Amino acid sequence: MSEVMKPSQRQDDDSAQAGETLLQIRGLEKHFPLSGDFLEQLRFEGGKLKRRQEFVHAINGVDIDVKRGESLCVVGESGCGKSTVARMVMGLLSPSAGEIRYDGQRIDHLSPGQLLPYRRRMQMIFQNPYASLNPRMSIQQTLEEPLRFHHPDWNRERILEKIAEVMASVGIDPEWGKRFGHEFSGGQRQRIAIARALVVEPEFIVADEPISALDVSIQAQVLNLLMDAQEAHHLTYLFITHDLAVVEHFGTRVVVMYLGRVCEIAETRSLFDRPRHPYTQALLSAIPRLEDDGPDHIKLSGEVPTPVNLPSGCVFHGRCPHANERCRREIPRLIEAQGSQVACHGVEEGRI
Amino acid sequence: MALLEVSNLDVRFALRQGEVKALRGVSFTLDRGERLGIVGESGAGKSVAAFTILNLIAKPGYIAGGSIRFDGRELTTMKPRQLQQVRGNQVSMIFQDPMMTLNPVLTIGEQMVECLKAHRRIRSRDAREIALNKLRQVYIPSPERRLDQYPHELSGGMRQRIIIAIALLLDPDVIVADEPTTALDVTIQAEIMELLLELCEKHNVALILITHDLGVVSQVTQRTLVMYAGRVIEQGPTREIINDAQHPYTQGLINALPQMATPGQRLNQIPGSMPSLANTPPGCAFHPRCSFSVDANGERRRDCREVIPTFVRSGNCDVACHMVRELVESRPAGDAEQREAP
Repeated sequence: MSEVMKPSQRQDDDSAQAGETLLQIRGLEKHFPLSGDFLEQLRFEGGKLKRRQEFVHAINGVDIDVKRGESLCVVGESGCGKSTVARMVMGLLSPSAGEIRYDGQRIDHLSPGQLLPYRRRMQMIFQNPYASLNPRMSIQQTLEEPLRFHHPDWNRERILEKIAEVMASVGIDPEWGKRFGHEFSGGQRQRIAIARALVVEPEFIVADEPISALDVSIQAQVLNLLMDAQEAHHLTYLFITHDLAVVEHFGTRVVVMYLGRVCEIAETRSLFDRPRHPYTQALLSAIPRLEDDGPDHIKLSGEVPTPVNLPSGCVFHGRCPHANERCRREIPRLIEAQGSQVACHGVEEGRI
Repeated sequence: MALLEVSNLDVRFALRQGEVKALRGVSFTLDRGERLGIVGESGAGKSVAAFTILNLIAKPGYIAGGSIRFDGRELTTMKPRQLQQVRGNQVSMIFQDPMMTLNPVLTIGEQMVECLKAHRRIRSRDAREIALNKLRQVYIPSPERRLDQYPHELSGGMRQRIIIAIALLLDPDVIVADEPTTALDVTIQAEIMELLLELCEKHNVALILITHDLGVVSQVTQRTLVMYAGRVIEQGPTREIINDAQHPYTQGLINALPQMATPGQRLNQIPGSMPSLANTPPGCAFHPRCSFSVDANGERRRDCREVIPTFVRSGNCDVACHMVRELVESRPAGDAEQREAP
């Protein structure tokens, strides 16, 4: 393992590259049809045949910038659309509206062939290492496939050398290459999944809940590995998680999502010190703490509404203790508020 | 006398590959109205411990030794008929995934009435009234309507509330909750935990909370049991364990939490991973991962490698560790006596 990173070093790295946007997401929307094919959409109403379509509004206008060299964390509860954003960035889903730019180039409408050069630069790590490794491929084959695909000109020695190097860097003995995924523990499998992402030397990694399926002591190992890899290869992370303790430790900036919209974007420190959006405040107060001072969390009334029929105005108004008439009517935009961006009428008016 | 007294419990699973010792010499007690947390990583045996309390271990698992005394009666040798009277009536259970626990083809009301009728001679109408009352206790909005709904019509948090209501139906003395909030979001988790805490305090119900989340344990329980590879390695008051853990594994577990490290710095990881229960290391099961088991010459200490540590009292905690024993025994006698008598 590499040396302990000094905080000052890390900040220098960030400031040297700050400002340069690697990934730009603008007005992103994704709707999933709920009502089946054409015939299933037909309804007989009032003596007439009518066609009715229903959609799950998973993402409703999301703007996010990912700066080069940072670890941008996206947090939110299940169903808020954080994984859908990750999948659209990777081109695994196509957006219903909006655009995604990578390094200045629009990538959301590219054909698979045109997307190929970007695929080498962006890689993904999935939540469940039991499902993301092909059970019929040995570790050697798993790591070889992306290399052969992206570097058809490489000879066998070069490929094997690269695989051995990457395996060593994630703490997997290169001797184990002939083994299969099921022979490894959860933490080791996630290391292999990380190795598979690192083997093509990407600059940008989307990690969708990479440590949620792992035990506490193993979580720490994998998080350390991700941070070491970031330092060694100057990686940029888009890190999807619901674990706020991890965010506080790992993220440089945080995006808080609720029901397919962005509530707040802020530097990690300022978000945890001073959350602005009422939802962020409730979310932070709900983390079980080790400290003695008992639970004094902000109770939210009700539950997350269904994304099929979105609430009017601010999506959070039904559960928000500060909601007023304007919140029910008008959709809040992201506004600058003391260094962070917040989508809340209350913050804008100075009520909260 | 303690309400529940588990002593020297051994549970094994006879598998084709050999015997897996899931629990080895587990002992603990639970008083009336007390809240006990059982913490550990996957494979530590905490769920097996919970299942064994209700004698729910199915083949190929079996209780190889030890005793479980509940309210003065021995559960390990009880006939299924008698056990039926204990399960639900006196000890009830909450499982991790509410969707798996609720029957998808019965309405909420049918399931609750069914449970009451299985245990009491009661008219359907009265049973429904009790069910309604319990739904109110867990703050379910418009409970009359919920009784006629099916589990899939409710959200995850609502389902877990219903499970809690069912667990409370027969006014048990103990609730065993096996990872009750792991499948839920943080804001819902906080609500459910607060509800459990409130109900346990109000009705003087004892709670055994099984979880891997130290934060949850710290907020809900009074006493904590830490398990590793089928054994209890540390037990004591929750506050003391969280603030001043004695066993190297407990220390490692707490220090590995992201909130214990400076943001941006490396986390304090425990090297290696939990051994398989079929093949646990001899001596202290934690010794291959333990940095304290290495002596000045860089070699593993012999006692850690070969001798299974017994419990030693340190403060108000019982710790199974050779290193802690040495520390405690090296303390001046007067100090030790003071600690013995609280």
